[in-house]
Amino acid sequence: MILGLLRAKRSLPAVLALVLSAAAPALADVPGKEWSVSSFSLDNGMQVVVIPDHRAPIVTHMVWYKVGSADEPPGKSGIAHFFEHLMFKGTANHKAGEFGQKVAEIGGNENAFTTYDYTAYHQTVTPSALETMMTFEADRMRNLVLTDAVIGPERDVILEERRSRIENNPGALLNEEVDATLFQNEPYRIPVIGWMHEIEQLNRVDATAFYDRYYAPNNAILVVAGDVEPDRVKELAEKTYGKIARGPDLPPRIRPKEPEQNTKRTVEMTDARVSVPSFSKAWVVPSYQTAKPGEAEALDLLSEILGGGNRSRLYQELVVKQGIASSAGAYFEGTMVDDTSFTVYGAPRGEAGLQQVEDAVDVEIRRIIKDGVTADELEKAKNRFVRSMIFARDNQASMANIYGSTLATGGSVADVEQWPDRIRAVTPDQIKDAAAKYLNPDRSVAGYLLPAQSTQK
Amino acid sequence: MAMMAMRSRMRLSFATATLALVFLVLPAVVAARAEVKIQEVKSDKGITAWLVEDYSVPIVAVRFLFDGGSSQDPAGKEGLANLMTGLFDEGAGDLDSDAFQNRLDEAGAEMGFSESNDAVGGAMRMLADEQDEAFELLKLAVEKPRFDQAPIDRIRSQIVAGIVANARDPETEASRKWAEAIYGEHPYARPDQGTEKSLGTIAADDLRAFHKSNFARDNLHVAVVGAIDAETLKKRLDQVFGDLPEKSEMRKVERVEPKLGQTLQIEYPLPQTSLQLVYPGVPRDAPDFLAAALMEQILGGGTFSSRLFDEVREKRGLAYSVSSALINQEHSSSLIIGTATRSDRAAETLAVVRDVVRKMAEEGPTAEELEAAKKYMLGAYAINNLDSSRAIANTLVDLQTDELGIDYMQRRIDLISAVTLDQVKAVAQKLLSVEPAVMILGPKLDGGKG
Repeated sequence: MILGLLRAKRSLPAVLALVLSAAAPALADVPGKEWSVSSFSLDNGMQVVVIPDHRAPIVTHMVWYKVGSADEPPGKSGIAHFFEHLMFKGTANHKAGEFGQKVAEIGGNENAFTTYDYTAYHQTVTPSALETMMTFEADRMRNLVLTDAVIGPERDVILEERRSRIENNPGALLNEEVDATLFQNEPYRIPVIGWMHEIEQLNRVDATAFYDRYYAPNNAILVVAGDVEPDRVKELAEKTYGKIARGPDLPPRIRPKEPEQNTKRTVEMTDARVSVPSFSKAWVVPSYQTAKPGEAEALDLLSEILGGGNRSRLYQELVVKQGIASSAGAYFEGTMVDDTSFTVYGAPRGEAGLQQVEDAVDVEIRRIIKDGVTADELEKAKNRFVRSMIFARDNQASMANIYGSTLATGGSVADVEQWPDRIRAVTPDQIKDAAAKYLNPDRSVAGYLLPAQSTQK
Repeated sequence: MAMMAMRSRMRLSFATATLALVFLVLPAVVAARAEVKIQEVKSDKGITAWLVEDYSVPIVAVRFLFDGGSSQDPAGKEGLANLMTGLFDEGAGDLDSDAFQNRLDEAGAEMGFSESNDAVGGAMRMLADEQDEAFELLKLAVEKPRFDQAPIDRIRSQIVAGIVANARDPETEASRKWAEAIYGEHPYARPDQGTEKSLGTIAADDLRAFHKSNFARDNLHVAVVGAIDAETLKKRLDQVFGDLPEKSEMRKVERVEPKLGQTLQIEYPLPQTSLQLVYPGVPRDAPDFLAAALMEQILGGGTFSSRLFDEVREKRGLAYSVSSALINQEHSSSLIIGTATRSDRAAETLAVVRDVVRKMAEEGPTAEELEAAKKYMLGAYAINNLDSSRAIANTLVDLQTDELGIDYMQRRIDLISAVTLDQVKAVAQKLLSVEPAVMILGPKLDGGKG
């Protein structure tokens, strides 16, 4: 889940969906140095990645902190995201709103977002404004002034954000409960935005402690993509971020691990706003960071073949051939620090019932466990992944996000660049093995969203 | 912002209601700055496209629109244009649905269609070295969709499933009632997805008739960006669009003014109340359009420093989102304000919004605010509109449908700079002195109309 200090641009409060697939597209087989990515570190430990793209006079500037909601202290859920909002308040050097006005003045975009594992701040501006952006961003890394006067109203904003995203949406409420059931010990069981009763209690002391612990150059990654040269970024980074003292060394991000899962669980929710039932089923699986070599790539391709789009088995079988579902699919969230989730979902259409859809999904999973996948469908899935990287290069913000999220979850520039080769190396047997090992129906969590008067699943 | 929602949490398993009341289309492009070199390409058969050549990424992005859209749906067959957009990749020419999608997948191209009240549009993104196959498939989809019965039935039942799924969703209900309250009998009041009943009446021949009358060369707008030159594009234009009829046959759609001065309260026990206000708008070709756009930017435009953002969110913490938008559809204009706030403070929030509007109507913006808004609009154009091949192609088609001219990106700098404070004050008074239409979705509002 990704939350951001969203501005409701225009008529639609568009969700800031800077969501990255695990399958972070990378720069493969790209000739010419204009696409070469540079990376280096400043003396204070801040990592820097530069992705030149000279097609338009635009540059995207991002700072990623290696802290997210899964790093929060017990009882303080929501502090990572709340703090993200507080970063837009005043500093010792600049009044609240000054940075935002500076961005608006040149027609720039700015925003921020928080996930389980990282928090990022970004602006897209003309290249001549890059130094100003870096100056302001470096300033708020250490010089924020947090008073009760700014904390109170902003906490109210967050509570409204929670009501908008979660309380107003039965599906979101259920997803929270499914995650809390699926993860028995990992902090991914707690929603990024936080539980309502804990958000209500967050205060200045919590915010200050969080800031002092995590906001330092040695816990941050600078990603600059666009119409700028690496040398220039280096010069500016040293002049701005480079002046900030290194913070205390943070311990490795070792969090509570999942115990062995031995039960099949269901979470059911009925709501008057629901007319058609739907279900999801999830399993705990390794992420790109915790998997054995090749296993996360296999899970990624498994999700694509099983339920990645209109050509997937679930869609073709349930929606097209049997005609029993209005939607059916699967997804895997691989770019995570700890073990993550693999999910299948579906909703009935016409005369079909929810149980029929769920049974049909189970049949497709069992088929892959028993017979594996064909060489042809694996080849097509690989091609789609590899091609997605070429399309990703069409947008500098996409590229910045791919590198930022990978590095912020413990990966490297090389991981991104070698990803296509690792995808190409996956065999049909690896897909079959991953399905058999992880998609065990006796260790799953099913979530059912049901109409209020329904008694039948 | 970049949307990268592939294989992600955003594709939730459950039908999620959006926060927005989405009957309003997104606003037209507002501003420009010249950085891209646009060529006008005219094919042998007279089809015109705007082209931006760029070889830095080996892809080609194509964007096209046919004027018309769901306001052309025949009465009783609402949802026809929308259903059609689901069928272009479900069989064309000699290829049935499965064969077509398989070839598209093998070519590595992405094809998508969508509709609005005013147009049916398509977009394609292809790898440059697979363009022969990709353009051939696009030609088949555009000129020779099959409308086979099996895909019609399947796509229709998926749409119906979505309609049924949202039947008890308060925001869906509110959108429908709100559109009817604002637009009355006009086609803009109709649900563009149609209803279960109207969709049930649509047959393959209805789709063929709509395709024949609405897909023609005289209501077509095309833009292409990427690794392709003008000579090649000329041939591609005739290949894809050259066999379409020369003239479209449109039913006339009247202009409609939103019905203001009304309050629509939709009572529902929600923890958060949605508020929408509709004021008069300004047509894109009106002389005071840019003055209105600047005023709207100051009032509640997309930055963290608008007046509404400051008063409602920053100072009082009443809402997470609050913003305004200047909406221009082909046959109607409006200025809208929307927010969502905790229900026990909804009356207070509405009062604050009305107060901000009243002050803008009476006094207009300050000279400093106008200066800042101008700078924003000048700089934001490239960032919001030109940051990818797809974005550029979309922008070029918008410029065509708005009839702004191929040189608009150069001209807009002077046009925006020339707007005076008095013009902005005048348009603020003209639009915002009017008693708006107000929609309240949530528990009954204490304190009346605010």
